[in-house]
Amino acid sequence: MHFLEIADLSAAYRNVRVLRSVSLNVARGEVVSIIGPSGSGKSTLLRALVGLMTPTAGTVRLGGETVDYSDPKSLRALRDRCAIVFQQFNLFQNMTVLRNVMITPVKIKRRPVGEVEPEARALLTKVGLADKMDAYPSQLSGGQQQRVAIARALAVKPDILLLDEVTSALDPELVQEVLETIRLLAAEGMTMLAVSHEMNFVREVSSRVALMNGGEVIEVGEPAELFERPTSARTREFVSKIIRAK
Amino acid sequence: MQYSFHFGQVVSYLPDLLSGAFVSLQIAFICFWCGMAIGLVWAIALEFGGRPLRGLARAYVSFFTNTPGLVQIYFIYYALPDAGLLLSSYQAVVLGITLNAGGYLTLILRGGFASVHSSEIDAAIALGFSRTQQILYVVLPHIARVLFPPIGNKFVLMVLGTAVAGVFGVEDLMGRTINANAESYRTIELLTMTACIYVALTVCATLALTGIGMALFGKRVRFET
Amino acid sequence: MIARVLQEAPAFFTGYNILFLLQAMGATLLLSLGGCLVGSTVGLGLTLVRASEAGALMPARVAAWAFVEFFRRVPPLVVLLLVFFASNLLRGQISLFGIAMIGLCLVATASLTEIIRGGIESVHPAQWESAESLNFGYLRAFFWVVLPQAWRVILPPAISFMLLFIKDTAFASQVGTLELTAAGKILTTKGFTAALAYGSVLILYFLLSTALAGLGNWLEKRIAFPGNR
Repeated sequence: MHFLEIADLSAAYRNVRVLRSVSLNVARGEVVSIIGPSGSGKSTLLRALVGLMTPTAGTVRLGGETVDYSDPKSLRALRDRCAIVFQQFNLFQNMTVLRNVMITPVKIKRRPVGEVEPEARALLTKVGLADKMDAYPSQLSGGQQQRVAIARALAVKPDILLLDEVTSALDPELVQEVLETIRLLAAEGMTMLAVSHEMNFVREVSSRVALMNGGEVIEVGEPAELFERPTSARTREFVSKIIRAK
Repeated sequence: MQYSFHFGQVVSYLPDLLSGAFVSLQIAFICFWCGMAIGLVWAIALEFGGRPLRGLARAYVSFFTNTPGLVQIYFIYYALPDAGLLLSSYQAVVLGITLNAGGYLTLILRGGFASVHSSEIDAAIALGFSRTQQILYVVLPHIARVLFPPIGNKFVLMVLGTAVAGVFGVEDLMGRTINANAESYRTIELLTMTACIYVALTVCATLALTGIGMALFGKRVRFET
Repeated sequence: MIARVLQEAPAFFTGYNILFLLQAMGATLLLSLGGCLVGSTVGLGLTLVRASEAGALMPARVAAWAFVEFFRRVPPLVVLLLVFFASNLLRGQISLFGIAMIGLCLVATASLTEIIRGGIESVHPAQWESAESLNFGYLRAFFWVVLPQAWRVILPPAISFMLLFIKDTAFASQVGTLELTAAGKILTTKGFTAALAYGSVLILYFLLSTALAGLGNWLEKRIAFPGNR
């Protein structure tokens, strides 16, 4: 049984069907990447998973339990286990880096500060920002902010991490530091579902890759298979475009 | 509370109130344009004038924006006759609102002047525009676009501000409401009707200004009030 | 006019009159501050309602919207008169000061709600989403994340409005409240020349307004700069 099971998930936004019967499974410790052209519904899928958008049909099971997106309690339980990192403007601009990381465990999960603080400091050190704990987000570069955002997501001790194009808004020279952090997490066995444009990285780190287009999952497979021997025409089209672009 | 609302009785005053509303709009219009003239003079003085002129401008603006229009008009109407200037209530109100608006408009206009970026002028110079052409084709359109919302907003506020005329007996919307009240005693219904007319006036003014804004500047001009 | 002013000045500037004017000025100050305080607090509450997305709160949201849109577009004088006559219907004896306060609070609340709402809307939606995805809930997201960031956008127009509001309190004189403008009127009925009476009132308003403007500037600098970025 997989850890995250998405079955026939559909969602609509202003009468447009943005997700059409999406099915995808993620096993524990797997890194599944989602690729595809703009507007294919990749980010929407992640947002729907974490409840920022209410699905119109389909089911999501996390660790065997079905998520009820209309029930606040179920949503809260879901977000305890599933953390998301967005593309940009993640961090709370009015709080220091350390507070950003600590606030959820302390204020929302009501754990004692004495317990949380060393954990938070350790997380920030892990992502390489030990010297920036008292800085404000506006004082950090985009790459540093994203690493803090990852630390903040890890602070809630999630079972699965959702990454929504976390490097897309960054200047090229800042992308590597964030990818490095993700590499580290993958090596430690963190279950991740990542939407990404960084094809090299996707090939290197993912256990499986899913291609989405028009709100549907077109093909899922191991990176080597998908990129070199794609079965669907759409996949071939997309892959050839990326190859040409390289 | 024993009170039954009789709106029927006051509906007959509606035409009268609406003509009053028209007078209110007239006052707002006159005072707005005259106030703009004053504002322009002082804004130019502040931008290009020498020390004493700028000091004078600042004093004017400071005085008229830090004191209530109502008291300014009281002074004009009751105190100035001693100095030889005897004005009717209509004249005193128009003068008072104009001078008051002049102060605020100076501030708004100054903001507009300050918003022009040198990079735009640099581009114009690089493209070979003469000084006059720079001003006509770059500076003025930019200032107009930047200033349209706050100035439009000020106009709408001035429409509400004309209510002060009623205090002095001018036959504008407020004035006629006060008169009608003396006759009918259905004060709450009357005042409610008047309030609704003011709301309608401002909504129409805002819509009209939005339309003008779109026609002059294209869709991008947003309105606040 | 100047001659008359100089002639009457000694009789005008008696201890009694000066005290009278200062007391009236105190009333104006109270009305201004009270209006702003109530306006901001209730305004914050109304904004909380308007920014929420709960289906159950829809009627409240509409009511809040209607309240704001109405009282923003009615002259303060009309509002004060409405409150005055409405209060006469209720058997309870509300003081003239109370009436003015209620009327002015209504005006201030409507405008300040708009300003606060504008500030809240200026905060990037991703901030709301980040908070939501971390299980913050609406109120916590509003007070811990969004409002602190909205201050910088709220404060300048809010202070601007409050300074304008001081001038609006002058209309309270029309419903009989003994504030600064009314004091001026009373002094003229006592026989003093209007130039002296209204002139002094103008000067007192000027002093009050510039003092509060200075305070406002200081506040703005403190809140919008390092310490809160």
